[in-house]
Amino acid sequence: MDLGGINPVILIATLMASAVPILLAALGETVVERAGVLNLGVEGMMIFGALGGFIVAVHSGSPVLGFIGGAVCGALLSLIFAALTQVFLANQVATGLALTLFGLGVSSLGGQGYNGIKPPPTGKLFPQALTDLPVVGPIVFGHDWVVYFSIAMTAVLWWVLKSTRVGLIIRAVGESHEAAHALGYKVNRIRLACIAFGGAMAGMGGAYVSLARVPQWVDGITAGAGWIALAIVVFASWKPWRVLIGAYLFGGITVLQLNLQVAGSAIPVEYLSMAPYLITILVLVIMSAGRKASGAPAALGQNFHASR
Amino acid sequence: MLRLEKRPTPSRFWLYATPPAAVILTMVAGGILFAAMGKNPFEVIRTIFWDPVFGEFAFYLRGQLLVKAGPLILIAIGLALGFRAGIWNIGAEGQYIMGAIFGASVGLAVFPTESRWIFPVMVVAGAFGGWVWAMIPAILKTRFNTNEILVSLMLVYVAQTILAKASTGFLKNPEGMGFPGSRNFSSYPAAKNAFLYEPLGLHWGGVAALVTAVLAYILLTRHQAGFQIRLAGQAPRAARFHGVNPARLVVLCMGISGALAGLAGLFEVTGPAGQISIDFNTGYGFTAIIVAFLGRLNPLGIVLAGFLMALTYVGGEMAATQLGLPAAAIQVFQGMLLFFLLAVDVLTNYRFRLAVGAH
Amino acid sequence: MTRPELLRVEGITKAYPGVVANSDVSFSIGEGEIHALLGENGAGKSTMVKMIYGLVRPDSGTMTLRGAAYTPSKPAEARRLGVAMVFQHFSLFEALNVAENVALGMENPPPMRELAARIRAVSEEYGLPLDPSRMVGDLSAGERQRVEIIRCLLQDPKLLIMDEPTSVLTPQEVEILFRTLRQLSSEGTAILYISHKLEEIRSLCDEATILRRGKVVATCTPRERTAREMAELMVGQALKTPERRMGAKGEVALGVSDLSVESPIPFGTSLKGVSFTVARGEVLGIAGVAGNGQDELLLALSGELKAAPDKVRVAGQPVGDRGPVERRKAGLVAAPEDRYGHAAAPDMSLVENAFLTAGVRKGLTQNGFVDWAGTRRFAEEIIAAYDVRTPGPDVAARALSGGNLQKFLMGRELMQGAQVIVINQPTWGVDAAAAASIRQSILDRAGEGAAVVVISQDLDELLEVSDSFAVLNEGRLTRPRPTEGLTMDEIGLMMGGAHGMEVAHHVA
Repeated sequence: MDLGGINPVILIATLMASAVPILLAALGETVVERAGVLNLGVEGMMIFGALGGFIVAVHSGSPVLGFIGGAVCGALLSLIFAALTQVFLANQVATGLALTLFGLGVSSLGGQGYNGIKPPPTGKLFPQALTDLPVVGPIVFGHDWVVYFSIAMTAVLWWVLKSTRVGLIIRAVGESHEAAHALGYKVNRIRLACIAFGGAMAGMGGAYVSLARVPQWVDGITAGAGWIALAIVVFASWKPWRVLIGAYLFGGITVLQLNLQVAGSAIPVEYLSMAPYLITILVLVIMSAGRKASGAPAALGQNFHASR
Repeated sequence: MLRLEKRPTPSRFWLYATPPAAVILTMVAGGILFAAMGKNPFEVIRTIFWDPVFGEFAFYLRGQLLVKAGPLILIAIGLALGFRAGIWNIGAEGQYIMGAIFGASVGLAVFPTESRWIFPVMVVAGAFGGWVWAMIPAILKTRFNTNEILVSLMLVYVAQTILAKASTGFLKNPEGMGFPGSRNFSSYPAAKNAFLYEPLGLHWGGVAALVTAVLAYILLTRHQAGFQIRLAGQAPRAARFHGVNPARLVVLCMGISGALAGLAGLFEVTGPAGQISIDFNTGYGFTAIIVAFLGRLNPLGIVLAGFLMALTYVGGEMAATQLGLPAAAIQVFQGMLLFFLLAVDVLTNYRFRLAVGAH
Repeated sequence: MTRPELLRVEGITKAYPGVVANSDVSFSIGEGEIHALLGENGAGKSTMVKMIYGLVRPDSGTMTLRGAAYTPSKPAEARRLGVAMVFQHFSLFEALNVAENVALGMENPPPMRELAARIRAVSEEYGLPLDPSRMVGDLSAGERQRVEIIRCLLQDPKLLIMDEPTSVLTPQEVEILFRTLRQLSSEGTAILYISHKLEEIRSLCDEATILRRGKVVATCTPRERTAREMAELMVGQALKTPERRMGAKGEVALGVSDLSVESPIPFGTSLKGVSFTVARGEVLGIAGVAGNGQDELLLALSGELKAAPDKVRVAGQPVGDRGPVERRKAGLVAAPEDRYGHAAAPDMSLVENAFLTAGVRKGLTQNGFVDWAGTRRFAEEIIAAYDVRTPGPDVAARALSGGNLQKFLMGRELMQGAQVIVINQPTWGVDAAAAASIRQSILDRAGEGAAVVVISQDLDELLEVSDSFAVLNEGRLTRPRPTEGLTMDEIGLMMGGAHGMEVAHHVA
């Protein structure tokens, strides 16, 4: 059942894996933005996590430690953003951009000497017998643990944001920091925790690029995935399940585009490789057109200073 | 415990003192970084900040400063106008590339005709290319309320793909023996952006940068449009009350910054770079963001910041060849500079107080 | 009154840089007592209650609650000890529903379903109907206040602090609130009632502590004093009511007909078929509870919101489709309510803020270039004429106190010689003396032949300055009526009576 040289089962299975980095990063950023903070440094945190995870995995030989390392690195980098915006009240847009520029520089510097090394492989979670089943095999059972983790995180965040007190407080802080402060909530501390969580998720997403997707260390390895994650948060109207849909759509386009390139499509390679970015723009346009209230948290991007 | 307290009126002192303070802090932190990499921090700092101006090769390197500072200043001024108005064009790199491609295409299309009109037309085409590329996010924002940050950034990746296609395809040198890259403008006098005064590294791009800085300064301080730009950034609702049309302001600011980035691209490709190639752009469009903030979004400050940033480029190359400092270290250094600037910036509007008893 | 003492405040002092908010304040509240904290804007009432609620810590002084030392370090602690507070502003989340808002103000909220049931029960019991699943952004100001009150009541407070609770209510809603408060008091809950409205205090409160410039100037039993006596204690001087020179009404200067516009504000109120005219020399007062379309009406008149050309006419000239600049040219100036960020740019200097609206009518631009020297002269004129206390015209607007900035902004609009003047909340957050002088200048401008529209939530103010009176209710404007002879009851009915009281309850 091939469609123009592309097997739909393989396509779905691959897109689930290829969507993991942007899914994790976008889920993290969703929480950050729900708390009213706009961190444009996702790309920087991802690539820093990609490098950190890669180094930890190579030296420890354990991909699991690698993912944890990636998350820790992403969180550490995000703390710079948190300190600047929550303590020094720096402009969030400028600080986010700085974080990306800095992250790209640091990982390029730190990654020297790691080119061409293979990281320890991240294996599939289920035994071969299950993976070999037709259709459900590759789609349901054919993945490594991070793919399942990313789906589980979607469900967990949906539940936390919707039905728990922690989620309610996060949403409250993102809606009106003045009101939250008046009720006695520590706005900046809550935001700081959310930023660190977002950093960890982005770092882990980055680690998936260098440990599972590529898998090796290349300069500039994330290639704009962080920015696409930011776009997906807008696309998803700050809702976890829609983030998953957005990431899978985007993953699907990327995989399709690569498959077409390999299959020697009539469309020139250059146009195929700009497709993901053009489609992201198109989706942003469709999502923002004609809507007055986008569902964005009301305090998004504003700093809070308790004056009195 | 230290506590932040908002100043009733912004501090004039810190407004001017924060950039030097950030530079000093960056030198300290950068020195620690270089030391950690096994280099002598004092030697590296001297190589980057002192040698290009006063060292052995200064006669050549001084000229390089303006060559690098020119495009940075040109782009940063455009960005600063937008940033002041709360319009975040961060895709200058793409506009820079498109300006170069548009301008170069005009020149290459008429090769090898000689006329003194060719270069001016290319300049206009370059500005137009950058303007067009910036109009995409501008119009999407005004028509559909699409986030200009994400769109302008996505368009950088698209521009890079077009650049790859240009240098290996439609602008490829037919006499280039199969190597990627366009004809070199250095051997095409009518389209060449030659040095006007080589010891200072002054070419038309440098002239444009300095003239633009003065014009932008006048615009911001004396002209109503400049007032509206500042007002829209500080208090968007007050701007609407004043009578600013937000959509028109977006188109104006994005248009200016796109055209200036396009100009920078054109001057670069016809001058120092010499040809369209897959990597003729060296990230000026992103570095210019740092320059804009370092210059306090003030055109005259940006001129100083542009030279400082050029110093880190020129000095960084020196440090790379002489001391084996990786090029990426300079990128980290530049990133740190922006961090420190954003951090010390708090002192302009706030002061730290020792809080006694209070929380 | 011989009630057991609940809260005692002794010698509390709190200073901020440049201001002493409270100095040696002492008073005490008995169980079940309704105690008024009375004072002008800036007298230190808000700082005082924030200390009782644990949001701010005093520099010195002590508090005791039922005899035990009381030093709440955060609101949660205050709530745990039985102190609850209903805020004037800033403590509700528009995009969350009623139950979620209530839960956020509680220490250990029960599961949502149970909480919703308890909200219903309490709102029944106290005659404050409320649907727990509604989005707060869609509620009227009075209903929002109920959310806050119920949030407090669910925690069985011993002391309920209410900060200016009636400023957002219609006269009928005030009655309902007072019934609820009396019921609470009879059940033993003490109430600390902050206000500057004297008649309310006389009808509701058992005791009153009067603050002036951060100090206690008197303690009294309100029922035994006249409003005038208390006013003089509060202000420290005899106030003169503005005088009006009755000019003959001239021809119509501002005509609005069937104006409907969508609100650009999230959870805002759209205008629906608003019509009125104002003649030269006339002051039209527009009353209404906050959030009934006041901001939208100002935007639609200033030109920030556009409509069809003939919906708004200035001196017969259609300007409905024109922006603020053209409307100023045509002779209409407007002053929005929000000083920080709408009427003024807080971080810009007074000179720049003067240019913000006066550039057009004062001819302060030439070929697009700003005449900063001329603008500075105008700013200095305003500062002199309106007695604005500022070190000079170059300080940032945010450095001025609310009252001084308001005087500056009023001067900016009133000194442009416009024939139509629209003002939203002219004296919001301004002390009594400044408020009186602002009202006087409004009347003076009308006396000189300007047509003035004053939108305000302060009924006393409107009755004082306006010749004709109308009410905005849910985006609709009632037909303007002459102010003379209107009774409070009639005004209340024009304001829509009590909002959201359709649900039957025991007091109605």
